[in-house]
Amino acid sequence: MNFDFSQDEKMIRDQVSKFLDQHSDTKVMRSVVDGNTHYSADVWKGLVDMGLTGTAIPEAYGGVGVGYPALCLIAEQLGAHLTPTPFSSSVYLATEAILACGTEAQKEAWLPKLANGEIIGTIAVVETVEEVTETSIQTSVTGNTLTGRKLIVPDGGIADFAIVIARSSGATESNGLSLCIADLQHDSVTRTPIETVDPSKNSTTIDFKQTPIEILGDEVDGWSAVNRIYDRAAILLAFEQIGGAQSALDMAVEYAKERFAFGRPIGSFQGLKHMMADMYVALKLAESNCYYAAWALATESEELPLAAATARVSATQAFQLCSRDNIQVHGGMGFTWEFDCHLYYRRSNYLTLQLGGLATWEDKLVNNLPNAA
Amino acid sequence: MDFSDTKEEASFRAEVKEWISKEAPSYLFDSLSASGFGSTRTGEYDPLKEAKKWQKKKADAGWACIQWPKEFGGRGAGPMDGVIWSQEEGIYSKLSGTFIIGQGMCAPTMMAYASPEQNQRYIPKIASGEEVWCQLFSEPASGSDLAGLKTRAEKDGDEWVINGQKIWTSGAHISDYGILITRTDSEVPKHRGLTMFFLDMKSAGVDIRPIKQANGDSGFNEVYFDNVRIPDAQRLGEVGGGWQVSLTTLMNERLAIGGSIATGFPEIRALVDELSIGGGRAIDNPAVRSKLADWYAKSAGLKNTSARALTALSKGEVPGPENSIGKLVAGGMMQDIAKFGLDLQGLGGAIVDPTIADGAARLQAMLLRSPAVRIEGGTDQILRNIIAERVLGLPEELRVDKGVAFNKIPSSKS
Repeated sequence: MNFDFSQDEKMIRDQVSKFLDQHSDTKVMRSVVDGNTHYSADVWKGLVDMGLTGTAIPEAYGGVGVGYPALCLIAEQLGAHLTPTPFSSSVYLATEAILACGTEAQKEAWLPKLANGEIIGTIAVVETVEEVTETSIQTSVTGNTLTGRKLIVPDGGIADFAIVIARSSGATESNGLSLCIADLQHDSVTRTPIETVDPSKNSTTIDFKQTPIEILGDEVDGWSAVNRIYDRAAILLAFEQIGGAQSALDMAVEYAKERFAFGRPIGSFQGLKHMMADMYVALKLAESNCYYAAWALATESEELPLAAATARVSATQAFQLCSRDNIQVHGGMGFTWEFDCHLYYRRSNYLTLQLGGLATWEDKLVNNLPNAA
Repeated sequence: MDFSDTKEEASFRAEVKEWISKEAPSYLFDSLSASGFGSTRTGEYDPLKEAKKWQKKKADAGWACIQWPKEFGGRGAGPMDGVIWSQEEGIYSKLSGTFIIGQGMCAPTMMAYASPEQNQRYIPKIASGEEVWCQLFSEPASGSDLAGLKTRAEKDGDEWVINGQKIWTSGAHISDYGILITRTDSEVPKHRGLTMFFLDMKSAGVDIRPIKQANGDSGFNEVYFDNVRIPDAQRLGEVGGGWQVSLTTLMNERLAIGGSIATGFPEIRALVDELSIGGGRAIDNPAVRSKLADWYAKSAGLKNTSARALTALSKGEVPGPENSIGKLVAGGMMQDIAKFGLDLQGLGGAIVDPTIADGAARLQAMLLRSPAVRIEGGTDQILRNIIAERVLGLPEELRVDKGVAFNKIPSSKS
């Protein structure tokens, strides 16, 4: 047994961390949150130039094929820096959808362009303010055209194309769901920005009106495909979550060492000390579960669905706790727009909901538990 | 990253498996499996005799304390082999509870501070279970503040004379030897006036009295010392250096990892699988599912954290104080699980008779025993202080006794 990342994987992480330290501090996210820009095109270009968009794409399709453990560590760094780029939508979701479901011709057509950053993708699933279910999808596909509304699509305003889950018209069985590839630049597509708790996620409402599409893959069951794609993406997002949790905890600890009250640093009071110890505990548990999930992802283990749900549940808890109590440690200053606390709080609460909320993942976890001994 | 056994690990596992399947006391399997948290059931057989028998058998075949050097009765195995052994020993490891303090804490302290002759004499018998050891640290007035202990040791020729009282000593009543921390100087600040010894528990003047615990059991003792004489040759470390020695002992307590810390998850899982509430299975209830997911994620997190620590150990790195999280998480979780499990059963959940209660009353036993888990070996609060100060680097607690001579420090009224 060897439960650690390799030296090469750690080296990639260190390079990414160095790049983001220089080019993607929280001012970059703040500029998006302040409404000056939709995302950081410069940082995105830097990530592409480093080849990171092709991390898990095999060399045969123009990627670097260094594998999922490296991608997990990259995700952790992106999360730690709150980097406002469409990386998660394009790499963890659109790319993975094509890798998992695409025909050979589709892989050859799309993956090289995703790997070299020429195009950006996303996934469009949610249609209402209720949790999505297999029967709730209304967007419909007729022949080679798509019609309907996706209410909230992360990075929907930036992406060039979307993987869209839609119901085949005339499908009588409940599972008549397909995945389509839709060009978002097409005239028949209307994109409207939608405000969310985290403005840096470029959430967009997308209306399709007889938009030309191609069906992804060959007779793919759309619902189970989305679940498989989500399981894998959940692991990568969980790494973003623990990255963010670590940054929020670091911020709290630094402040508690420097801020004085009653003649002593506030970090010497047990009330705050114990709060930060609990943040640390939640983070360590999540981190270890994420490591296990990284292994499951890298080895295509049959435990992947359980490992993914476990990592997702504990990473969600850890980031929510750390970002919430980081504000508490900062007291009144933590509730100002000027301090970065709210940026972590916003991001943590958005990431909790992306791919379905905590209850959804708790449910998946229990569904995948092995039978009691 | 790889979770499967290496070739060497796999062949070691096969060897262990074969030996255990042939030699383990399979007649105890059912009773041991039904043991509640913190108890070892051996049915009609005497638990201490069975524990010693199994330990001796392992020692004779070279399977006791396998990570110790050969001259001390081990086989010089690495940490990963240690884990493989404990995984394969499985339920039979319940029999080893009697020896945990001696093997996990006393022996490493002896190895670090006793003479080679003393180690030759004592360590192999700790490994074989022929001699049981205990650790005499806590006192009625010093638990979390261990360095505030008052048991006195006064030099008299080549001997030391001990007077005072220890408490919460696990297994003192069945122990042959113990390691004892005492105060030898009250005029200096508390950490500097301590000295460590080991002693024969049958020495004149040692009086051992069981404590009746809040859960009705008696696993711990009070130990009184009335002019007990210990030869100076049985001093461990320098006079006044006892605090350093105790840190060796306590560090080994935290290193006693292996991914097997009890959390209560298997017990609650078994309950909700079978129990029905409101006409449906408990496990189909959303509130139950939410809690079950949370507890599974925590217990998996502990298991995976141990696996990381082991990887570090096997690469020769020293696992840090981050391993303090194990007991902190498991203790609270166990208490929550027990409470929730009983709650799902209504008033019937109050029954502690194992022949009537669900799951042989394991959750009820857990409810009554779990408060102690949050106290013994470092309270939840002390563990949080350790994490905050030693891991996160937060400023130390203000200590009013810092640098003050021990006899000038205010203490509780006695």
